[in-house]
Amino acid sequence: MLGWLTDPFGGAIMQRALAEVLVLALACGPLGVWILLYRDAYAAESMSHGMLPGLVVAALVGAPLLLGAAGGVLLAAVGIALVARDERLGGDVGVAVCVSALFGLGAMLALSPAAPPRLAELLFGDLLGVTAADLAAAGALAVGVGVALAAGSRPLALAAFERASAPSLGARPARCELGLLVLLAVTTVAAVQGLGNLLLFALVVAPAAAALRVGRRLRTVLLTSVALAALAGVAGLLVSFHLRIATGAAVALCALVPAFAALLVPVRR
Amino acid sequence: MSAVRVAALSGGYRPGQDAVRDVTFAAGPGQVVGVLGPNGGGKTTLFRALLGELPVQRGEIALAGAPAYVPQTERARLDFPVSALDVALMGAYGRTPWYRRLGRREREAARGALDRVGLAAVADETFGGLSGGQRQRVLLARALVQDAPVLLLDEPLSGVDGVSAAGIERVFGELRDEGRTLLVATHDVHQAASWDRALCLHGRQVAFGKPGETLTPAVLRATYGAELIVLEGGDAAVGVGHHAH
Repeated sequence: MLGWLTDPFGGAIMQRALAEVLVLALACGPLGVWILLYRDAYAAESMSHGMLPGLVVAALVGAPLLLGAAGGVLLAAVGIALVARDERLGGDVGVAVCVSALFGLGAMLALSPAAPPRLAELLFGDLLGVTAADLAAAGALAVGVGVALAAGSRPLALAAFERASAPSLGARPARCELGLLVLLAVTTVAAVQGLGNLLLFALVVAPAAAALRVGRRLRTVLLTSVALAALAGVAGLLVSFHLRIATGAAVALCALVPAFAALLVPVRR
Repeated sequence: MSAVRVAALSGGYRPGQDAVRDVTFAAGPGQVVGVLGPNGGGKTTLFRALLGELPVQRGEIALAGAPAYVPQTERARLDFPVSALDVALMGAYGRTPWYRRLGRREREAARGALDRVGLAAVADETFGGLSGGQRQRVLLARALVQDAPVLLLDEPLSGVDGVSAAGIERVFGELRDEGRTLLVATHDVHQAASWDRALCLHGRQVAFGKPGETLTPAVLRATYGAELIVLEGGDAAVGVGHHAH
């Protein structure tokens, strides 16, 4: 039994993958809790999809995926902001229009004859292909996100709990929302190499949803979410190793198991 | 000396569309001011101006210090994972730098504030699981922890149970004795009549002064318009439903 747990991590590839999922859990766990408390899940999912063209362009020209992801997120954010400026359309429509268009553009670029066959990697990530440099970059970004969320937890809580009085207590709700979206963009950039454009969101939102369902205090919820995200990462790697299935997908599915299980737990107050 | 002084205040949420006009009044330390008016009459807009958050604003505001704001309880998230004590502790966030943990002093202040509003026994209960009146008292406790010279309260007595209403009114009395100034938005004319000053708003200032001289049928009619019901014997009551958010 112990061998079943430890044998997969004998090689450098799996060790790097393990380190990658653990550092990502550090950012995704708490970030997801705040995203859900701010009811920003839709924008969060969309942002990761909207950066596909940036990723594809990076893959086409051989630039680091991190750079492509950063450019893609920036493009998506600008597009959404521009469309959302029209009051008749509003934010949701802006997100839907921009993200669909950008995702289509990315798919078109990726499926063109000139493109290297890496679309699957962009969409679903490649935890086993993570290099030491990728790991260092993702680690630095993830730790930065974790520290920023911990430092900003009081204003974030004030604005999410009750917006009207937040300024008189020392928080700026608009700044909190913007900061959260920036951290989401950074996390997306950090996680895309390992988990891919379509799957990384599972590690952001699913552990947080489970933790919010069972936890009654903010600190408990945040710690539970990190623990569940880390657990999902480790379990996903093990499952993928032993069952020989795609790694990113296995991690995403393992993250979703506690979220569905938590739905069966009655909410306590 | 006034703790709150407002002169010729007008303003709103967009340029050219004043939500409230021509407000001029002053309140001293230890005074409770009832702020009366129909829904949309400008009570919340006045509070936002006093908090320094109104986008468009003309006129003058002078305050003895940054005010605390007590919102209506239904504005707060019921699904937020916090205890009553956590909410009261939020009152100390503003004066605690982000790198400093909240210490024993803050916790004692928060517990003390919950005790003052009669909720020491439920300090560790989840906020969302408390009754509406208890939640309103927790939000009042948070403002007590804030320790502000001026408190703005948005209909703190609307729709709360009798025990909570009595507890809130008792704390009003204590705050008055401590020399703090309270502005209380309310629909209850009888309640306002028992306080020190009344400010009547209907998009503009209708009247301000001692309740006995201010809350006349004519002023109330101008304040509430069609929402006013005059009872037998000349007593005025206000037929305003609860805020629908």
